Amino acid sequence: MDSPAPITAEPAGAGLALRRIRKAFGPIVALDGIDLDVKSGEFLTILGPSGSGKTTLLKIVAGFELPEGGDVLLGGEDMTFTIPARRNVGMVFQNYALFPNMDVRGNIAFPLEVRRMPRAEIDGRVATALELVDLEGYERRFPRQLSGGQQQRVALARAIVFGPRLLLLDEPFGALDRKLREAMQLEVRRLQRRLGLTTVFITHDQEEALILSDRIAVMHRGRIEQVALPRELYERPANAFVADFVGESNLLFGRIAAMRDGRVEIAFENDLRLTARAEMPVGTRVGALIRPERLHLTGAGAQSANRLSGEVIETVYVGTSHKYRVRFRDGTEFLVRVRDTASQASVEIGASLSFDVAPEDVHVFRHDEAAA
Amino acid sequence: MNAVTASAHRPGGSPAVVERRRQHVLAALALPALALLAVLFAYPVLRLMALSVEGGTLAWYAKALGESLYLEVFWITLRIALIVTLTTLLLSYPVAYFLATTTRLGAALGFALVILPLWTSILVRTYAWMVLLGRNGIVNKSLIALGVVDEPLALLHNELGVIIGMVHVLMPYTVLPIYAGMRRVDPDLLQAAEGLGAGTFRIFRRVFLPLSAQGIYAGCILVFVLSVGFFITPALLGGGRVIMIAVLIEQQVRDVLNWSFASALATVLLVATIAIYGLAQRATRGHAGGAT
Repeated sequence: MDSPAPITAEPAGAGLALRRIRKAFGPIVALDGIDLDVKSGEFLTILGPSGSGKTTLLKIVAGFELPEGGDVLLGGEDMTFTIPARRNVGMVFQNYALFPNMDVRGNIAFPLEVRRMPRAEIDGRVATALELVDLEGYERRFPRQLSGGQQQRVALARAIVFGPRLLLLDEPFGALDRKLREAMQLEVRRLQRRLGLTTVFITHDQEEALILSDRIAVMHRGRIEQVALPRELYERPANAFVADFVGESNLLFGRIAAMRDGRVEIAFENDLRLTARAEMPVGTRVGALIRPERLHLTGAGAQSANRLSGEVIETVYVGTSHKYRVRFRDGTEFLVRVRDTASQASVEIGASLSFDVAPEDVHVFRHDEAAA
Repeated sequence: MNAVTASAHRPGGSPAVVERRRQHVLAALALPALALLAVLFAYPVLRLMALSVEGGTLAWYAKALGESLYLEVFWITLRIALIVTLTTLLLSYPVAYFLATTTRLGAALGFALVILPLWTSILVRTYAWMVLLGRNGIVNKSLIALGVVDEPLALLHNELGVIIGMVHVLMPYTVLPIYAGMRRVDPDLLQAAEGLGAGTFRIFRRVFLPLSAQGIYAGCILVFVLSVGFFITPALLGGGRVIMIAVLIEQQVRDVLNWSFASALATVLLVATIAIYGLAQRATRGHAGGAT
C-alpha cells in the first residue's frame, strides 16, 4: 500500500463487492446477476461494448440507480439502498459535469462545503487537489474557459478532494484527442496509485483497459464474461466474445481430435489441423485463438506442426508493423501482423505465403455452440 | 500576397466577398417582416409621439411628470406591476418545476392547462373573474357559507382584484420561460452534486436555481413589461377605481379627447419600459455570468 496522501481523510480506498446484482428496464434485462469484487486500492476496469450494462452497473454502485436484486457492499458495509450523498464515492462523469455557474475553486470546494468543513481546511484541500492535477493558478477560471483536458482535471480533483472511499470513472477519456488522452490516462493512473484509491473505470476501449487496469472485467449482455489480469485476458480469453472483443484475433472452431503429452490436436471444419498446448478430452468442442502477431513467416527449411498457407489479399502498413489479410483455400481469412524491419521484403497482394504458429501460441477454450 | 491577389480573381471571389454576399442574402430574408413593422408599427408610434409635442411645446410632459395626480398613477402602475411579477413568479416556479420533472403524460396535461387560457380571449377571462370575485360571486358566497367571513370581502374594483386577474392572465408568460430554463439544466449536474454529498436543498440552491435563473429573469421581465402597460384587466376589474397608466391614457383619448396628453403619457410609459428592460438585461447579464 502507498503511504497515505494528505488529501485522503480515510486510509486509502475501501473494497467493493457486488453480489448477484440484477436490473431490468421493462422487458430488457440490463444486469443479469453480477458478482464482482474490487480489492482495496485496486484499479478495476469494466470493459464492454455499448449496451452491455456497464453504465447501469456504475450507476448502481454510485447510487443513482437501484438494483432489483443483489447487494452493493463498500468496505463490508451494505450500501445497496444508501442515497448517493451518503456513499462517499467520487465520480468523474463522461462529460465531466462541472458546475458551469461555479469557478474551478467553487467546483472543487463544493463537496467540502457540503461536509461543512472549516474554511481553512477547505482552502488547504483545494490547494492540494489543484496541485495534484497540476492546475495551480486556475482557481478563478470558469469551466467554459478551460480546455477539455483541464476540465477533466478539475472533475478529477473534485472527485478525490473529499477523500472518497471509491473512485468511479465513466468513460472520461472519450472526448479527448489521442495525445491528450494518453497523457491523462497516465496521470489518472499515477494519481490513483499515489492515493491508493479503489477505482472502477468504465470503457469500451480495450486498449485503454489493457494499459490502465490492475484487472479487467469484460461485460456482455448484462453479464460478466471474464475477470482477469490484462495480460491473461489478452492471452487466455475465456470465450469467443472476450477473444474477439479484446485485441485483434483469428478465431477458429473445431473439435479436439487427439490428446497426448499436454498437447491437443484440433480438427477444424476446413480440414485444417492445429496442435495446441492444452489438456482437454477428445471430442470437446473448442475455439482456438491465434493473435495476428503470433504468426510468423515460414523460414526456409523450417519444420513446424502448425503451418498455415494462403494468398495475401490485403496489406496495410501501420508504422511499427505490417498487417496482412491472408485467405486460405477454403475461403477462411486470417489476419497476420509482422513487425517492420529493414530487412523485411515487401509482400505483394496475390503472393502465396505460409506462416507458422507455435503450439503454445494457440489458445484453446471450450466452445459450446449453443451458448455462442 | 500573391496568393491573395490570385484568389481575388477566382470566379467565386475572395472569402470576404462570399461571406458578405451570404450576409446580404440572410438580411434580405428579414426584409418583408421589417417592412410590415415599419408600416404598421414604427410609423404609427412615431406619429403618436409627434402628437405629444404638437405646437412645439413640452407642456404635456411637464403635466405628466409634474402633477402629483399623474405621478401617483405612475407609482400605482409600478407597484401593481411589481406585485404581479413577484406573485406570478412564486406561483409559476413550482408549476414549471412540476412540468420539467414529471412524466411525459403529466407534462402534456400540465402544458394543456397552462396554455389553454392563452387561447381564450383576455376579455372572457377577465369577465369570468368579475363573476367569481363580485360581492355575490362564488368566492364570497363560499366564504360566507363556510363561515370564514360574515361580510362579503371587497375583491372587485380594487387593487386586489386587479392583481388577482393580472396574475392569472400573465402566469403562462413566466411558466414557459422558467420551464425552458429548467429543461436546459443538465441532469448529470444534479447527479454529480448528489454524488458529492449535497442534500436536496443545497442542490437546489447551489446548482438548480442558479442554472435555471435565466428563465426566471426572462419570465419576470416579460411579465413586468406586460403588466406596466396592461389595460383590459385593470380597466374591468379595477372598475374605474384603480387607475393604471394604460387606463389613464384611454380616458384621455376617449373621454377627454386630449390626444396630446395621452401621447405624452404613452411616450413616458414607453421610455420607462425600455429603460427598465435595459437595466434588467444588464443586471441579469452580470448575474448569470457564470451560467452558459
